[in-house]
Amino acid sequence: MMRVALFVTCLADTLFPQAAVATVRLLERLGHEVVFPEGQTCCGQMHVNTGYPDDALRLVRRHVRVFAPYDVVVAPSASCVGSVRHQHATVARGAGDERLASRAEAVAARTYELSEFLVDVLGVTEVGAYYPHRVTYHPTCHSLRMLRVGDRPSRLLRAVRGLDLVELPQAEQCCGFGGTFALKNADTSTAMLADKMRHVLATGADVCTAGDASCLMHIGGGLSRLRAGVRTVHLAEILASTEADPAGTPVGGAVAAAPTTGGTR
Amino acid sequence: MTRSFLGMPATAPPDVGHLRGAEPFPAAARRALSDAQLRRNLGHATATIRSRSAAVIGEVPDWPQLRAAGRAIKTDTMARLPELLEQLEAAVTAAGGTVHWAADAVEANRIVTDLVRAAGADRVIKVKSMVTQEIGLNEALEAAGVEPVETDLAELIVQLGDDRPSHILVPAIHRNRAEIREIFLRAMPGVDPALTDEPAALAAAARRHLRQTFLSTRVAVSGANFAVAETGTLAVVESEGNGRMCLTLPETLITVMGIEKVVPTWRDLEVFLQLLPRASTGERMNPYTSMWTGVTPGDGPQAFHLVLLDNGRSAVLADPVGRQALHCIRCSACLNVCPVYERTGGHAYGSVYPGPIGAVLSPQLTGIEDNASLPYASSLCGACYDACPVMIDIPSILVHLRGRAPHPRAEATAMAAAAYTMDHPALYAAAQRAARLGRLAGRGHGLPPPLSGWTASRDLPQPPSRTFRQWWAER
Amino acid sequence: MTARELILGRLRAALGGAEPAPVEVTRDYRGVGSVAADLDVFVDRLTDYRATVHRCGDADVARTVGAVLGGRRVVVPPGLPRHWLPDSVTAVPDDDLGVALVAAVDGVVTGAAVAVAETGTIVLDAAPDQGRRLITLLPDVHVCVLRVDQVVATVPDALARVGPHRPLTWISGPSATSDIELSRVEGVHGPRNLHVVLVAGDSRTSTGPDGPAARG
Repeated sequence: MMRVALFVTCLADTLFPQAAVATVRLLERLGHEVVFPEGQTCCGQMHVNTGYPDDALRLVRRHVRVFAPYDVVVAPSASCVGSVRHQHATVARGAGDERLASRAEAVAARTYELSEFLVDVLGVTEVGAYYPHRVTYHPTCHSLRMLRVGDRPSRLLRAVRGLDLVELPQAEQCCGFGGTFALKNADTSTAMLADKMRHVLATGADVCTAGDASCLMHIGGGLSRLRAGVRTVHLAEILASTEADPAGTPVGGAVAAAPTTGGTR
Repeated sequence: MTRSFLGMPATAPPDVGHLRGAEPFPAAARRALSDAQLRRNLGHATATIRSRSAAVIGEVPDWPQLRAAGRAIKTDTMARLPELLEQLEAAVTAAGGTVHWAADAVEANRIVTDLVRAAGADRVIKVKSMVTQEIGLNEALEAAGVEPVETDLAELIVQLGDDRPSHILVPAIHRNRAEIREIFLRAMPGVDPALTDEPAALAAAARRHLRQTFLSTRVAVSGANFAVAETGTLAVVESEGNGRMCLTLPETLITVMGIEKVVPTWRDLEVFLQLLPRASTGERMNPYTSMWTGVTPGDGPQAFHLVLLDNGRSAVLADPVGRQALHCIRCSACLNVCPVYERTGGHAYGSVYPGPIGAVLSPQLTGIEDNASLPYASSLCGACYDACPVMIDIPSILVHLRGRAPHPRAEATAMAAAAYTMDHPALYAAAQRAARLGRLAGRGHGLPPPLSGWTASRDLPQPPSRTFRQWWAER
Repeated sequence: MTARELILGRLRAALGGAEPAPVEVTRDYRGVGSVAADLDVFVDRLTDYRATVHRCGDADVARTVGAVLGGRRVVVPPGLPRHWLPDSVTAVPDDDLGVALVAAVDGVVTGAAVAVAETGTIVLDAAPDQGRRLITLLPDVHVCVLRVDQVVATVPDALARVGPHRPLTWISGPSATSDIELSRVEGVHGPRNLHVVLVAGDSRTSTGPDGPAARG
């Protein structure tokens, strides 16, 4: 049994708690202890990527302080793990804080995205999940190119009973989210989203999944606006789903599809 | 402004050349995105080149080792740039060439114009060159009464169409065959009115059109892909043979080269001649590569001038993170894989250097105030980094430049406030609740700018009844 | 202050004035002599880029050239082996011919310095059997005669066999462009027809795994 610190991410905490709850349930079902360090807030990625490394510094410092005591940190987000792994030390060094940088590197070395943790650390691909739906998987840019999680999510999904995994055309193309890119370059972001939605719809899947709630919020928000009838569900929710406790709560598709959501408790 | 301090790194001067757009990227992109024909042309062309490039890269078992070597050679080059340029100058001079130094676009244009005048020519033939586009050489030559003739097919299409280039490799990528045919029929003197839009027929029309010009022009202007410091050898990589015409037939050859194009040794070419064609045109090797060292008696131009151009490059070199942008070998692979470029095309970037590399290079050459929107013209998807044959970490440079860009005051205030709140968990939890209540009241529609950029095309998620931390506290 | 001093001063300032830290260039890619040349690959690459390949013995070169250029006017570099030229062509020796005269001939026959199997590239270095650069540029048909022992496997192999002191032209197929919709089309300004005559060596028909010596 391992003791796992959940790095919930501010987005999942605030808007997509069902993805975080699913992560807790999944890890507990696999026999591990999950703890939630309450001092955590946000990793600072939005600040770094929008050009505010000085503002991000305090959030990096907080993140490192909060997670330093734990041997294993797991997040249901490739993007936020990517920031921890590839940005935190840089922000610290940019501010001339070498000590913080090396502590940040130590925390980063113990921080895993969910599919990495399951496949690489726990060595499992069959997690005992049941999810009787036609599903397509969108590899988010930070899963694919920053963390290089490769086929880990697909292997996990293929082992889910009842799940019909269909390949997404041009899957490696960005959905157009990109954090504040979606606001600063809303037109270009929308054009990218249109193509991603076209490919999702072409699969005939009723669920689009991914390892990042942020990209799913974007794709799901677009599909919902189109009333497309396809919902977005975080990978963790699918993996947490069982016959006895089916995944109830769609993530981004919640707007049109489900009037009440929430803690799924 | 650093320009006033002699000897300090300086950015490229305004009011000359083509490094600055007339409007910010989002505004230019918005217009491009509404051009359905442009979207179709770009989508088709970039998909074609991506698959071709992937196929020939797949044939090379040591591609990762070649990329790493390319990166290391460029890193070494930038660290020793002054001494390598001096070595290059000595080698070119020893081989019978003349080396000129140009601190900026104005100086380079003046040097080239004076050389053309001294040769008594009123026309020059040109090989496609990014750097002469960058400095606005054609406009400078025209102002001096010299006619510049672009001989690369795509550049010819752009010149005849009174258009602007939109891609590093294929400046007319935004045009399809039917549009090219129309441009030729309208602007190419003596063209056969029965010209079809078959690519082979269009290429043949360009061959006929330029043949006599090649044979009768006494001065040529080229860029350079590589210059070997050790030997003084220049290399130009091309496809059509227009480069060979320009490099071989005229009496005088003037090569304008950005100072970052130098490579230390002859042997280094073995790396770049493998990386460039496969990443660029998706060929195992481009049809023609010409290499020359100074002047060869009895063969080719008997006068050779090399113009070494700074024009902001020293300012790029001064940034230890940003200087990687100088490693670029102008293959355009990052454009071809970029989801933003694929949809907006090159004109939206304003500068002659479009796409991901342009978004990191142009703001550094001009000073970031003049291209402040470009570092944000990316979703940071990382496809450019993976595609780059010399492994330039473009996403990291973009993020770095965003940190140096001027920020809107309201945004800066909001960001500082958000960071403060997120650094205080009690405030953060309160803000989460407030945001949820606000959303419940507003139902997520008609948000004020910049959030309206989201709701224009996407719904916001239904706010949950509890945050995760509430659930955790209550479980 | 000259522009030269200004630029060099700027660059030194940009680098912070420190002695540059040495950068190690690891060359663990396939270097000179690491791979054997495969003639079948060479032929495949040439053909893929629309060059025409002929394979014959040394005694049959003239007949092969005649089949391509018979009855036509052909510019000839000064050092071309005479037995490569058939009687059926009208030889125009290049003794500093004017541009217009070279442009008016139908074809050119040359040797080559070296060739790269993996990329289907022939390299001319303006040696006497290849001549000035313009004679392989203006005529519409280029016939390049190559001994099999001149074919090396990779770009590093080829670069090691030639030097900087003569102008080099690396040729991979006929003139082509990708400028229209990024599709490759053969035939723009350079020769639209490239024929490679691959001549079997005296003692061997392909380059062995130990290959020819570098800078041979």
